[in-house]
Formats: sequence, structure tokens, C-alpha cells
Amino acid sequence: MSATQSRVNDFVLKIATVNGTGSASANGLLMKALFRMGIPVTGKNLFPSNIQGLPTWYEIRANREGYMSASGRVDVMVAMNVQTYQKDLNEVSPGGVLIYDSTWPRESTLLRNDITVLGVPLAKLCNEAFSVARIRILMKNVAYAGVLAALMDIDLKMIKKLLEETFAAKPKLVESNLKAIMLGYDYAMENFTCPLPARAEVMGDNSGNIMITGNEATGLGCLYAGATVGAWYPITPSTGVMDSFTMYCRKFRTDPETGEKRYCIIQAEDELAAAGMVLGANWVGARAFTPTSGPGISLMSEFIGFAYYAEIPSVFIDVQRVGPSTGMPTRTQQGDVMLCAYASHGDTKHPLLFPSNPHECFHMAVTAFDLAERLQTPVFMLSDLDIGMNDWMVPELTWDDNYRPDRGKVLGPEDLAKMERFSRYLDVDGDGITYRTLPGEDPKGAYFVRGSGHNRYGAYTEDSDEYQDVMDRLLVKWETAKSLVPDAVLSKADRPTRLGIVAYGSSDGAVTEARDWLEEKGIHADYLRIRAFPFSREVEEFLRSHDTNFVVEQNRDAQMKSLLMLQANDIANRLVSILHYNGMPIPSGCIVKGVTDHLEKEAAA
Amino acid sequence: MTYARPKIELPGQEKNDIGLTLRDYEGSLSTLCAGCGHDSITAALVQALFEMAIEPEQLIKMSGIGCSSKTPAYFVHGAHGFNSVHGRMPSVATGALAGHRNLIGIGVSGDGDSLSIGFGQFGHVIRRNVNMLYLIENNGVYGLTKGQFSASADAGSTGKKGEVNQMQNINAVATAISMGATFVGRSFSGDRDQLVPLIKAAIAHPGCALLDVISPCVTFNDHQGSTKSYSYVREHKSRATEVDLVSPRAEIKASYYSGDAHPVLLHDGSTILLKKVDPDYDPTRRNNALGYLERCRIRGEIVTGLLYIDQNVSDMHTQCRTLATPLRDEAFANLNPGSEALAELQKGMK
Repeated sequence: MSATQSRVNDFVLKIATVNGTGSASANGLLMKALFRMGIPVTGKNLFPSNIQGLPTWYEIRANREGYMSASGRVDVMVAMNVQTYQKDLNEVSPGGVLIYDSTWPRESTLLRNDITVLGVPLAKLCNEAFSVARIRILMKNVAYAGVLAALMDIDLKMIKKLLEETFAAKPKLVESNLKAIMLGYDYAMENFTCPLPARAEVMGDNSGNIMITGNEATGLGCLYAGATVGAWYPITPSTGVMDSFTMYCRKFRTDPETGEKRYCIIQAEDELAAAGMVLGANWVGARAFTPTSGPGISLMSEFIGFAYYAEIPSVFIDVQRVGPSTGMPTRTQQGDVMLCAYASHGDTKHPLLFPSNPHECFHMAVTAFDLAERLQTPVFMLSDLDIGMNDWMVPELTWDDNYRPDRGKVLGPEDLAKMERFSRYLDVDGDGITYRTLPGEDPKGAYFVRGSGHNRYGAYTEDSDEYQDVMDRLLVKWETAKSLVPDAVLSKADRPTRLGIVAYGSSDGAVTEARDWLEEKGIHADYLRIRAFPFSREVEEFLRSHDTNFVVEQNRDAQMKSLLMLQANDIANRLVSILHYNGMPIPSGCIVKGVTDHLEKEAAA
Repeated sequence: MTYARPKIELPGQEKNDIGLTLRDYEGSLSTLCAGCGHDSITAALVQALFEMAIEPEQLIKMSGIGCSSKTPAYFVHGAHGFNSVHGRMPSVATGALAGHRNLIGIGVSGDGDSLSIGFGQFGHVIRRNVNMLYLIENNGVYGLTKGQFSASADAGSTGKKGEVNQMQNINAVATAISMGATFVGRSFSGDRDQLVPLIKAAIAHPGCALLDVISPCVTFNDHQGSTKSYSYVREHKSRATEVDLVSPRAEIKASYYSGDAHPVLLHDGSTILLKKVDPDYDPTRRNNALGYLERCRIRGEIVTGLLYIDQNVSDMHTQCRTLATPLRDEAFANLNPGSEALAELQKGMK
């Protein structure tokens, strides 16, 4: 897209501040105002692994076409952090605007000729208007929202209404915030030509949409799935999942009279314990889960293998961050695909679910519990920091009140009464899934869960044939899983093409936008979004029906491509990786470049 | 290997209050070494559970890895069992009892399982006061890997080949008390008269009850120089207290009150009768208990009995204010807020 094109409802606004100065509320205010104007909008938080003092950025993308991914462009930069001023200045796209606090002068060498630099004496204005030092700092951040309202034509009435909603319980705060807004607004109106070319315009009301983070939606999904036990060890970027589950459990699962809670949340001593708790609770028949991130999965791996072999339903939510090791905890990646697919020693493999946005996080959380209990195995939902912690606009969540949890094959006392003998690992139905019983019901159903060698009757064994019998039956179950996991989503080009794009998770938005760009260049590609592992049949069919399949991933080692090659190694030459793994959400331009570069190379060859 | 035990109904077998015989509380045949202390503990568990007339299906038996952790297979075949991974029994027990608070949880662990690999979980299940019996079968040695010292081996004690343990031992009892345990006892696998009532009191205790049971390893740690051998423990053990558990239904006979016995009333109406053997000892005061343990250690005594009790500390579910009904039995309709609530709560997301 060229810089001369209209920037009305198509801009990226980036705000650079210092962690811990209260800029989040100003940024949230701006985004929500744009949302209420009916403009598709997303907010990405770029924050340090720090509580106070380090630089932090918030990037709002408003786009009339609904593109949600990182664009790699900055139209308006608010540079509130002196420390990062040079970097922020450099990042503004040609033709863009930089706003800075002109209370203190900037060195003229830091100027650029291809952008507009606007100085607003924010600190001075706030120091004159407010007396308390802490308030002055906070209001300085609110005041830039006022400047932007004037420059970008963001509805003032909407901002006022939002402030009233936010501070419904503290009307005094509405007054002071509005005062700060007007300081910035009036200054901009008097001193600059308003509005800028990059501006907002009402295009509806977004009434069918909501703004939500993936973590909040995931916690909500666990609530709606009927999970009663949540065990966890706090880890960025997954903490929000349990925060959300806790918040909604308090709201919906606390008896207003007795204060009794219909849930039990345990902050474990570490991830190993969290995994053990999840297994214990699921063993007795309570739906239980743990949210974590890559390092947590590493620690949980021993129990994951146990759950695979002893066949205990369990739900693991991995909000992926940048690895290896501690890596960059506040940056995003899809680096745990391989880890989760084969977590633990020995022959193990696990179903994985790949939500691509918060809306899908909500529904897939429910699916994860159903699959775990149906298949009696650990199931992973692989979200990531981009989905989990950023603000996404998605269609409103809906719920089918006829939904009932799939508890899988569980025998109660009545079933047991009709049986001569109960055998825990006997494949009665031929689908590889055996029947289980729950503690606390019937001595006839008693069995001994063990991670040591066991035969189909559940007894300890060191007999080769008996051991192999169970391992082979687990493969039958794996085949069954292929028909139960969510299908891949196919999006065909408007004409037959030999090109395919395969992606999953948070790369979806970037692929969608990239396909439109490619189409403008005359490059048409079908798109298959993988939503689960093991792969359902259509994944292999898709790969075989395209000469070149671009596999888009946010990791270095092409982990999904490796899984695809394991599935069908004869199609390896049809797979071309497009990889992005610097910790930032994948921009659409990266995919466009990956595809065009390859095609050019191919043409030259 | 586990071997099923042939169930033979013998006429005239004693039955408990729910009509079950002692045999109903047995499990598979033990595959531990002949003379292993662990088998005596299993027998004491069978006796205690029989006497308490516990419904087998109301019991869950959990363990980690090691010789000790095999024992849940050897008692109450009608109860579900969970032989988990090394050192992680406490977390499985915590999760299981979180999901179903009315089950009676027994976790069997060893000194390696609890004091080395599982030291963290040992501490935290106590701290969380999960309502269960946590039994350590403590032999000071790794049996399955053939005789390495464990963390409970005393400094100066020797291994089978004469090597001397240089490091200080971790004292499970003192550690548990200092970490906030609410019921701590120690016993000896060879002292069934003491062990059975201690197990009963521990099960009745409304919180995490730790029993550290010295259980000699006949194969790797029963020699001269070991401080966990049958002969050493017999010679050096002392009793601080004696206990008995009186069910809510039973009348407390006057004879129980001989000596310094005093009743500890539990929330379920049962009573732990506590008799001080050593008048110098007060198991309801933490500093007194820890001081007494230290004095015994200096004297080279292995002090046994109920060593500390506080029946008034909230257990995990009381702290969490969890529903009285087991969570796993709660109706889905009470867990899922439904479509209208979902629509309503999303108004705040617009």
C-alpha cells in the first residue's frame, strides 16, 4: 500500500512511554473510542520484563478492511519517553507524524525531514493545571490522548462517555481526566492544522464485536467448560488466564449467601506440582486444567508422559513466549509446537489445538476438555503472547445452552453391576479408547493407575507382548483422535492455483492480509489454517494438491513443517518455510516478501 | 510384579461395623523382600482401616516411586490407587482431594521420595494442610537402586559396604512441625500396637497428618553401623505419647483416662485420646515439641508417638471456602453461567 493512499480509518498509532506511568488507561481509552466509532481496531502491547522504569510501547492499528496483524508501519508516533526518542523517531514511516513533549527542547540533530514533528508542552500544561506531582505524571499521559483526539478526529463525546463509564464510581476522576484531555485537545486545535490525513471517521458501531484478550477469553472458556479445579504456577504470559478464570468464578460460582465456592484454584509451588494436581483432579472426575508457558511445559513433561501412558484426561494451556530457556518472556513466538506434540520421554504424542484469536480461545478451551475426556489423554491448547495479552477485536462470544460436557467413557456402579469384571485398558469398542471408572463409587471399579508397564487389564507387567499390546492400542486411539480434533479451515483463492499457504495460530491475520496484497500483485494462493494436531485428513490432501505450500510459522526451526513432513515425508519438496521469530508478532509484509522472493527465485532458476 | 491374593472366606471371621472382614482390606501379595518393614506397615494400615470400618471405595491410595510407593497395591483392593511419579504424590493427592473432598486420602511415600526428590511437594502439601494421611516409610536408604544413602540417613551411620554418611540428615518430623504441620507422629514398623492407633488418629485428623515410620530395609540397611536397623531402632526408641482414637459413637471408658490422658476432640465428633508417657512433653505446643525432639536427638533417642497436634488449623478446603459437595459431583448447570450471562458480561467489552 502506498503512503499517498487515504489514511482515513487506516493507520497505526504507536505510543512510547515508561513502564508504570499509567499510560495503559490513556491507550485503552483511545482504542475503545476508535472501536465505538465502528472502526476495526487492535492493540498490541510491547512491554519489558519489568515492573517500573523501562520503556514500553502500545501500538493501535485501526483498519477499515479489518486487518488485525502487525503492519510494520507507524503513521503517528507519540514519543513520551526521552530514553527511546531517537529509536521512535526513526521508526515513523515517511509522511508520518511524531508528537513529543516540547516542555524540554529536543536536539535539532534528531529531526527528520520526511515526517512532521509536532511539539506539545504536555508537562508544562499539566504542571500548571494540576498540583500533585503523581497526578501531573498521570495526566500528562491522558493529555496526549486529547492531542490525538484533535489531530485524528477521535470523537470527544465518545471519550467523555468512556471516562464516565470507567470512573462511574469516582466522578471526581472523570472531571480531572477530562480536564487533561481538553488541555491537549485545545492546544492541538489552536496550534496545528487538524485533523491529520491519518484520522478516524465513524463507520458504524461495532455492535456485533467485542474487545478482549486471548487470556481472558481462555479463562472464560474454562469456566463455561465446567472446569472446577485450576492449578497453576504464575508465569508470563499465561497469568491472565488464571486471573480471568478466578474473576469469573468469583462472579458466577460463589454462593451469594454462604460464600461457598463451586471451584478450587490452587497456586502450586511449581509447574511440576500444578501438573500433578491437574492429573489428580481429573482422575477423580473433576475437570481440571493448568495455564502455563514453555518453561512450565518443560517442567511438567514427566507428568505429561504419565498422563499419556496411564490415560488420564488433562488440559494444558500453553501461552507461548520466546525461548529457548528464559528467552524473552514478554515477546511472542510459536516455539513450543514440537515440545508439546511429543512432550515427555519414551513414545508419546499429544493432541494440540491452535486458536488463532481470542474468539477461538474461548471455544477451543471447551473443546480441549471434551477431547481430553473423550480421548483420556493430555490435550494442549497452544495460544501465544500475541493472542493472549493483546487487545483483539473479535465477534461477540456466543454460547449454546444445549451444550453438555463430553465426559467420555466412564462406567458407574450400574454399568459395573452388569459386568463380570472391569478391566481398565481393554479396548472393547475397537477405537483404542478404553473405559475408566472414578474413585468414590464402587469397589468393583477399583484399579491401580501406574506409569510403570501395565497390561490391558491394568495389572503391572514386564512381559514384552503385554507391554507392546498397550502401546499399539494407544496408536489406535491416536487414529481415532484424527477424526475428533477440529478440522483445518480452507480458504480458496478465487481461481485455481498451484500455490498454497499453510499457517496456524496468531499468524492467521497476517496471512489474510498478505493474500490480499499478493492478489493485487497477481499472485493467488489457497490458504489452509491448521487448527489441530494430529492432522485431519484434509491437511495432507491440501499439501498434495499444491505444488508449493508456504508454511508460515513464528519459530526458527520450522516446527510445524517438521510435523507435516513426519506425516507425509514424500511431500517435503512441496513445502517452503516462511519463518518469523524475532519475538514481535508476524507482520503481513513478511509473508508477502517470503512468497514473492521464492517465486522470483523459482522463475530465475 | 503384583500377584492377586486368593480370597478365602473363613467362617467366623470378625466383621466390622459395615460387615466387612479384615480380608476385605487386603490388597495384592507384596513383592517386597521377606522381612521388609514396609509389609508390617501395610498390615497396620489394613488393621486400622478395618477397625475404622472405612468403605473401601471411599479410600484413595497414592504414592510416588520407590519400594515404599509399591505398597498401596498391597492394601484395600477395592480402593482406587495412583502410583504416580517420583516425589510427586503430594500434588496428585492435592488435586484428587481438591476435586473430591470427601474421599479419604492416604499417601504412602519414602525417605527418598519425600526428603530428596519430593522435598518441595512434601513441604507444600503440609503447608496447604490437605486433609490426608501422609505416611513416610523411612528406611534411610535407596532400595531399588541398591543401597545409596538417603537424605534421612544419620550423619556417621554406615552403609552396607562400610562407607560413612558424612552429611546431616533431614528429620522429617522436625521439618514438618517447623513448616506448620498440624499432625505429626513417628513410629516404628515393628511396633504395631503403637502404629495402628496412630494411623487411625491420623486419618481422623482434619488436615494433613504426617506419620514418619521408621521401617528397616532388611537387604541394604539392617547391619551394624546403621541407625535404621531393627536392632538399633528397638534399642534407641522412646515413647513420648500414646494415642487412641475413639469414634463418635463409642463411649469413652473411664479406663482410658489412666495416667495423663487427655481427650482431643475432633470436628467430626471423634476423639483422640492422648496420653503423655513423658510428663515433660506437650504435643500441642510447637516450641515445646521442637525442643523435646532436639533433646531426644542429643540423647540419641528415636522419639515416637504423636509428637504434635493442632486440630484447629483450617484445611485446604476451609481456606478456599470450597463447596461441601465434592466439586466433581456438582451439576453442570451450577458451573456454567449460560448464554444470557455471557451476553451480559460482554457489554463491558464493547
